[in-house]
Amino acid sequence: MVLYKDINLSETLIKIRGLKFSRGDRVIFDNVDMDIPRTGVTAIMGPSGTGKTTLLKLIGGQLTPDAGTIEVDGQNVHQLKTKDLYTLRKRMGMLFQSGALLTDLSVFENVAYPIREHTRLNEAMVRQLVLLKLNAVGLRGAIDLSPSELSGGMARRVAMARAIALDPMMIMYDEPFTGQDPISMGVLVKLIKSLNDVLNICSIVVSHDVHETMSIADYVYIVSAGTVVEHGAPEDMRNSSSEWTRQFMEGLADGPVPFHFEAPDLFDDLFAESGKKRA
Amino acid sequence: MLDSLLDQIQRLGRGTLTAISRLGRANLFLIEVFVGQGGMLTRPGLLIKQLFSVGVQTLIIIVVAGLFVGMVMALQAYYALVDFGAEDSVSVMVVLSLLRELGPVITALLFAGRAGSALTAEIGLMKATEQLSGMEMMAVNPIERVVAPRFLAGVISMPILAAIFSAVGVMGGYLVAVELLGLDPGAFWSQAQAKVELYKDLGNGMIKSLVFGFVVSWIAVFEGYDCVPTSEGLGQATTRTVVYGSLAILILDFVLTALMFGK
Repeated sequence: MVLYKDINLSETLIKIRGLKFSRGDRVIFDNVDMDIPRTGVTAIMGPSGTGKTTLLKLIGGQLTPDAGTIEVDGQNVHQLKTKDLYTLRKRMGMLFQSGALLTDLSVFENVAYPIREHTRLNEAMVRQLVLLKLNAVGLRGAIDLSPSELSGGMARRVAMARAIALDPMMIMYDEPFTGQDPISMGVLVKLIKSLNDVLNICSIVVSHDVHETMSIADYVYIVSAGTVVEHGAPEDMRNSSSEWTRQFMEGLADGPVPFHFEAPDLFDDLFAESGKKRA
Repeated sequence: MLDSLLDQIQRLGRGTLTAISRLGRANLFLIEVFVGQGGMLTRPGLLIKQLFSVGVQTLIIIVVAGLFVGMVMALQAYYALVDFGAEDSVSVMVVLSLLRELGPVITALLFAGRAGSALTAEIGLMKATEQLSGMEMMAVNPIERVVAPRFLAGVISMPILAAIFSAVGVMGGYLVAVELLGLDPGAFWSQAQAKVELYKDLGNGMIKSLVFGFVVSWIAVFEGYDCVPTSEGLGQATTRTVVYGSLAILILDFVLTALMFGK
């Protein structure tokens, strides 16, 4: 059974069933089911600290779930041998929040890194590929710069060029818009959408930037408190009847998630006996 | 009273379990590092780069320290021996002390402070900035590409640095004993040559420095890889490398000396 409601999306690439994951006593995911289609932009949204980045690491096999399965392209990620997992990862791209560029290498060397590691192409061919990938993100002119000379937005674009270096079947974006100025954010939004459309791949965008993410998403999962709160097309989310979803989408200060942290009545607190401790 | 006692026992137990678990992780990590050495067969450049960073860039501090340690040794030996008319044996004292103890031990302590802390900081920073995770997601094993070359470079560099330390120390001793205090150069070299044994003194010193290099490099790369990826965690890991590394050197030195020179 496919979970997502059909909006002309193709077959499922990632199938998550009964996912449970905890860190110490804290439950991050409790019996989560998800289907992510083979093409299109799927957004995973939710408040900070709900485990969105953890979910990407679970999909990439960097973390192991306590229970449940994650299948990527029909392969159970956590039952693969290391060699097979690495083979699968060659077909995954991931854009980390920080960009995760190798700081001792230039922009060119960074984008060339996965190509040199996994192919036997000659240097002339590697250079051509790197130039094309950098051109796709608009940074061909920055080829000789070092990561320390790049702005945050540029570093993420270089990381995108590196993520598409091996022509993956999917790219996972971890909070791609965090801390970006409006122009950089606009560039990243356009790039994620255009790369997805041109390469016809699966893009998973983890973010809590509602406006930007909703503008490019084909399908949305909203996660909170260890479960999928709601999922569907962006329009369905905007018109959701759930008060929680509406509060999240519209960024309302008060609602099901209260403005005030749990506390005794203000009157009682203000006029409590001097020196008397709270119960 | 009882609660406080139970609390202390619990804390002791928790601390012991944590220490044992870390030791286990460190051993498993070492096995992975050994397995990862294979990657350098196809990419020797990784090792050469690290030999420069770990070995060559530590050279200056080793040379300066070696020179002054040798000079001080010669002075102390002269003041102690001159009362007995045995000042010609200054070179024996300087050379044997350097080859057997001071060369390997001081080099290893300096190595832990300079190269060990740098290795931990570098690997820890790569972890904190998600570079190691990024490599994993690019299907590149970071232990093979990042950790293994640094570990091997440390193991190779230490005996060479210790040999240079001892050689420069002997030269420092010569400068003080012969040029400053006026001892006979022929007596200086002949006494040293007569008393130094190739295997027992030079060989054992080299074995010591190899063991120290192995242990310090292991501690340094493990602390970096296992650190909490925050600025505070990184600082603590770097400190641990220097403290654990230095203690391990001194403890191992006692054990090795007892094994090598005990009758």
